[in-house]
Amino acid sequence: MSRSPDGSPLERSQGRGSGLLCLCAALVLWLPSPSLAEEPKFGFGRLATPEEIAAWDTDVRPDGKGLPKGSGSVSFGQEVYDAKCASCHGTFGEDNQYMAIAGGVQPGDIDRGRASILATGQPLRTVGTKLNHVSTLWDYINRAMPFAQPKTLTPNEVYALTAYVLHLNDILPADATLDEKSILEVRMPNRNGFTTEHGFMSKAGKPDVKNAACMKDCVATVTIASELPESAQGMHGNLAEQVRSFAPTSGVKSGRAPAGASAAASPTSPGLDLAKKFACMACHGVDNKVVGPGFREIAARYKGSGGAEPQLLAKLKAGGAGVWGPVPMPPQAHVSEQDLKTILTWVLSGSPTR
Amino acid sequence: MAVTDAPEKGQSPQSSEATGSRGRIEPAAENFFTAAELSRRKFFGKALAAIGAAATAGAVTPSAAETARQAVQEGLEKNLPPNVPEWSKILGAPILAHPYGLPSPHEKNIVRRESPGLTRTPHSSVAFTPLQNLFGIITPSGLHFERHHAGTPEIDPHQHRLMINGLVKRPLLLTMEDVLRFPSVSRIHFIECGANSGMEWGNVAVPTVQYSHGMLSCSEWTGVPLSVLLQEAGYDAKRAKFILPEGSDGAGLTRTIPIELALDDVLVAYGQNGEMLRPENGYPLRLLVPGVQGVSSVKWLRRIEVGDQPWNTREESLHYVDLMPSGLHRQYTWIQEAKSVITSPSGGQRLLDKGYYEITGLAWSGRGKVKRVDVSTDGGRNWRTARLQEPVQTKALTRFRIDWRWDGSPALLQSRVMDETGYVQPKYNQLRAVRGEKSIYHNNSIQTWRVAESGEVSNVQVS
Repeated sequence: MSRSPDGSPLERSQGRGSGLLCLCAALVLWLPSPSLAEEPKFGFGRLATPEEIAAWDTDVRPDGKGLPKGSGSVSFGQEVYDAKCASCHGTFGEDNQYMAIAGGVQPGDIDRGRASILATGQPLRTVGTKLNHVSTLWDYINRAMPFAQPKTLTPNEVYALTAYVLHLNDILPADATLDEKSILEVRMPNRNGFTTEHGFMSKAGKPDVKNAACMKDCVATVTIASELPESAQGMHGNLAEQVRSFAPTSGVKSGRAPAGASAAASPTSPGLDLAKKFACMACHGVDNKVVGPGFREIAARYKGSGGAEPQLLAKLKAGGAGVWGPVPMPPQAHVSEQDLKTILTWVLSGSPTR
Repeated sequence: MAVTDAPEKGQSPQSSEATGSRGRIEPAAENFFTAAELSRRKFFGKALAAIGAAATAGAVTPSAAETARQAVQEGLEKNLPPNVPEWSKILGAPILAHPYGLPSPHEKNIVRRESPGLTRTPHSSVAFTPLQNLFGIITPSGLHFERHHAGTPEIDPHQHRLMINGLVKRPLLLTMEDVLRFPSVSRIHFIECGANSGMEWGNVAVPTVQYSHGMLSCSEWTGVPLSVLLQEAGYDAKRAKFILPEGSDGAGLTRTIPIELALDDVLVAYGQNGEMLRPENGYPLRLLVPGVQGVSSVKWLRRIEVGDQPWNTREESLHYVDLMPSGLHRQYTWIQEAKSVITSPSGGQRLLDKGYYEITGLAWSGRGKVKRVDVSTDGGRNWRTARLQEPVQTKALTRFRIDWRWDGSPALLQSRVMDETGYVQPKYNQLRAVRGEKSIYHNNSIQTWRVAESGEVSNVQVS
């Protein structure tokens, strides 16, 4: 059985005169031997073309395999960051609404290759203190960022953003530029901070913690070391509404409104559905500010000011900053005008949740 | 616990009493109906007045409790013997009232839930499985826990492709039709997130088993053994050391998997409990890596690369690494060690009466089969061995049960699994002595549920 290396469908290569080939394929199925097993057993699908592989295989390894050609400076990185990243990560990468990307690297860490803060009782976990290889940062920005518009950055932008994030962590100077070669020389502060000396890598691995299957008089005293803190009581809603209403046990009533039942359980509005779908809720709460203002805060501001709609629609499309603070909102050009209008109408009507 | 005893401001005392009051062991009948249901039946006032009277008495006063039960039952009697229920005297709904069947509306409480404050955005978050009310070992597909890193993509299966590339002779591009033509297998396996119970490393943080253990589900998965696909692509058996599955979601999630594991029992799965995967669980194609932390079972699978080095991806360097007290992170901590939990009675519940209870729960091991489960009702001093529901399957949830007669005094319920390797589930103090309290992942400690004299069950940790 054969495949066309240019990726054309299988049947094209199965013309007349391939009888012998078919016979061979049949023999493969009947008489599996080490040499014949090298041939495909089923022949389903087709060969992926080099172009297809190049387009999808973007992963980057610690040794640099997978890095495309390109370069970017810290200063260009700052431009891109302020426009596309700061809204979630904070101007200096300090915002831990999402994982903080900067902070915690101590003097001496880079030389040692260990982030010393991780051995303290308050291990600040950031890109700077945690990450061991810079390749991971490049790969992840390239494949998954910005959060709501992943896979839209150019290689040069990714190099620049990588350089800027490293600068925010005091790993690169302000005038640095990274390209596919120089990136391999970056010394991450926690590059020696990882170990694979543990029993979790295989079924045969040796567990690090052992208990015994004692059956009688196993402990002398039992004391309650921890119970649900006062501050956490009620946080998960009314537990009585989280169990079946007929069971050997009932649920314990706790005095607050139930939280977070599946959205499917209650009807929602199209505007809310779209706001969720397009990740508006990543930065805006209904009532409260997350990164940007709460939807109802927006409605309150524009209440009674007729004609705000076209202006706000333009803002949604092109992005903007300054009205609610310096953090810019990224452009939402990927959302259709119809959907943007639905969301906007919903927001200005006070964001009814059902 | 104070939660039930002191309803918050604005809470109607009546509705709080409807589910019981302090120190009183309730008969079951009146608990079959919530206050809302009673209200709908227009017996609200009468029933609650009687229950309120029982509560005011402050203790078990048989006459008051009896009055309450009578009040409820009077209203219901038209559906109770000797009467014939309403629904027995009319036509029911025709076929196809729901072309895709739905649970009874009375099951509305049994849904996935989020833990408030745990994550910053619903697009990279967790919805927990309601383990407290599930039976057996199969998680209904609509209740399988959710964990996404960039939301659930809506994928057209006709436009979905699986690429296999890297150290292979024949880089392949497969359509869904192609994938479904390969010989398939069905197996029952659990998926547990590596961070399941991660909120409780330092102290009790959540009230119920849904939140403490609900990043755990178990399904019958159908798909093609990954080994078949790797052989079809002609992987380089000499140089291949690892594979990298990649998702088609916005996160393009990637994880390194060692080739021995990949060739062992990993599936490229499309079927879940007899139907196609649910979108939240990877429709139309996902990887299923039995016994390994859930993040490796990459959903919306679009590509598998064969390589000779680990990739050190974001989900195995910035996340899903276990911080040790020394400041070192353990990396590539794939295996989920043996763990068990009692699901009933469990936190947030209340025992209805003294007497017989079946203590039941789930046990599992990423290293194979569950061999034995022991249960303690005195906080781990003494243990009895539970019954295991057969068949016990490898890397699948195992249901255990044991008889218990509650005498009304305080109790501390625990379960402890031993898997076929002889490994015994550890206690918190044993885990913390080695790993500290900051490692987030792989918390497989013995869980303790405290039963108070009131019958109320709550989450505690013991030492």
